[in-house]
Amino acid sequence: MIDLFQHDFVRNAFLAGSVVAVVSGLVGYFVVLRGQAFACEALSHIGFTGATAAALLGVSSLGGMFFFTLLAALGMGLLGKRLRSRDVEVGMVLTFMLGLGVLFLSIITQNATTAVNILFGSILSVTYSDVLVTIGAGLLTILLLACLFRPLLFASFDPDVAEARGVPVQGLSLIFLLLLALSVSEAMKVVGVLLVFALLVVPAAAAEHLTHRPLSAILLSVSISLISTWGGLILAFIGHWPASFYIVSLTSIFYFVSLGIWAFHSPRRHQDTSHPSREVFPPIP
Amino acid sequence: MFAVFQYPFIQNAFLAGSLVAVMAGILGYFLVARGLTFAGHALSSIGFAGAAGAVLLGVSPVYGLLVSTVAASLAISVLGREVRERDVAIGVIMTFALGLGILFLSLYRGYAERAYSILFGTIVGISRSDVLVTAGLSFGVLATLALLGRPLLFSSFDPVLAEARGLPVQFLGSLFLVLVAVTVSIAMQVIGVLLVFALLVGPPATAIRLVHRPAYAIGLSVILGLAYTWLGILLAANSAWPVSFYITTLSFGVYLPVRLISSKYQRSRQVRLASFLPPVSQEAVVMDDEQTRVPILSKKEKRRD
Repeated sequence: MIDLFQHDFVRNAFLAGSVVAVVSGLVGYFVVLRGQAFACEALSHIGFTGATAAALLGVSSLGGMFFFTLLAALGMGLLGKRLRSRDVEVGMVLTFMLGLGVLFLSIITQNATTAVNILFGSILSVTYSDVLVTIGAGLLTILLLACLFRPLLFASFDPDVAEARGVPVQGLSLIFLLLLALSVSEAMKVVGVLLVFALLVVPAAAAEHLTHRPLSAILLSVSISLISTWGGLILAFIGHWPASFYIVSLTSIFYFVSLGIWAFHSPRRHQDTSHPSREVFPPIP
Repeated sequence: MFAVFQYPFIQNAFLAGSLVAVMAGILGYFLVARGLTFAGHALSSIGFAGAAGAVLLGVSPVYGLLVSTVAASLAISVLGREVRERDVAIGVIMTFALGLGILFLSLYRGYAERAYSILFGTIVGISRSDVLVTAGLSFGVLATLALLGRPLLFSSFDPVLAEARGLPVQFLGSLFLVLVAVTVSIAMQVIGVLLVFALLVGPPATAIRLVHRPAYAIGLSVILGLAYTWLGILLAANSAWPVSFYITTLSFGVYLPVRLISSKYQRSRQVRLASFLPPVSQEAVVMDDEQTRVPILSKKEKRRD
């Protein structure tokens, strides 16, 4: 078991996986809180086009994903509130982006392995430079989130009251979308375009079932995604099945167990729980 | 250009594609009207696991798709009415199904090509028996729709009123999702799991922007779907680029200008309507006030008298 860590690619996979797990657990909490799961899905599909375009140009796939997702996040942030409840529009753009990705792929080669690696992740092929980029982007994300933690939490819980209090809600929303784009691009390297949901939304959704306090929910979501990533990697090295399958299964198990616990305590959810933002700032009558 | 019709696989692709386009055009209208586009996306992703499992067992992917999507549609309709919670639950099931799909395919030799063709579709892979299965399924779906068209339309536009009228709204919703599941399963052969959205949502979303009557909108969406599919297959057969790219690009390329123009047109029409409306509505208000006030005034006047 410990012999495994002598190999470079194993160490790279664990390093990148851990950074991605921590960042996505952290960012995911806000994604669930702000109800932006669909934006997350959209960014990951746009990342597919980015990765294939990068392959076409012969650049690093991480760079292509960063470029495309950041651009898309900027557009989404500028569209702002008008983007909400526009499933059809977002869906059409998504599908077009996927179609474009297919075109890029078919231009490069007829090799389908590239597509499958992008779609379902290739953590074992992470290089040392990828690890460095991932750590850099991860540290940046964590640092920014730490600086913006309180206003972002406030703006996520109650945007109207936050705006009335003078918090720059629009600007925070744009910055958060950019951070989301960064984390989606990183997570795509580990679990792939199609399974980003598993690291970014599922652990946080599970954590939200178990506790209402922001800090403990974030800690719980980070630990769930860390345990799932490590467990998935170890299982993938022992067994012969793909790592992304194990990671997805582990986070899904966490989610359904938490759903069961939540349903078991169902009388509590019918009680009128006080809103966390209301505790700190009473609503203006 | 049309010489490609000599090849049997192009004929098969045309037949299957036309059937798919007709069904997707009709069902997609209801899907957009009911706001269930996310469920459509999820069903197609869940279908990937079924298709991969069928490949592993050595059966035609269509059967695996049918079993998995129908089961998933029943599960989604059972999952309950809390929309926010339901979306996350659908997302979790969808992601897990995709993970399961990649596991099945990794157990199968030469899995990358197979996964690619399931995800993005191939026109060369459709056999004559696939066309027959597609035809049978689509006639079943169309017959069910012909029987249930009116109540389904009613319950899509006003579920509360429909329920008050005694329509089985819950049952209709479940049945509708099963029909979507069947459509997604057969559409996957032509355009692939990930791009079903382009045929299922693209044409009706465009048609709804252009015409208002349900019957016309459904007809237009079927025509658009057929046009995209035919053009896409023709272009793909004559070039090296994949058919799914052509269909998504056509779908998006028609949708985008229509979306941009129609919102301006609708706004200007609303302005025109608004400039017409005020006198009419004021009159109505005045008349209403007179009707309601007359008896009160008369009573007061009588008292004064």
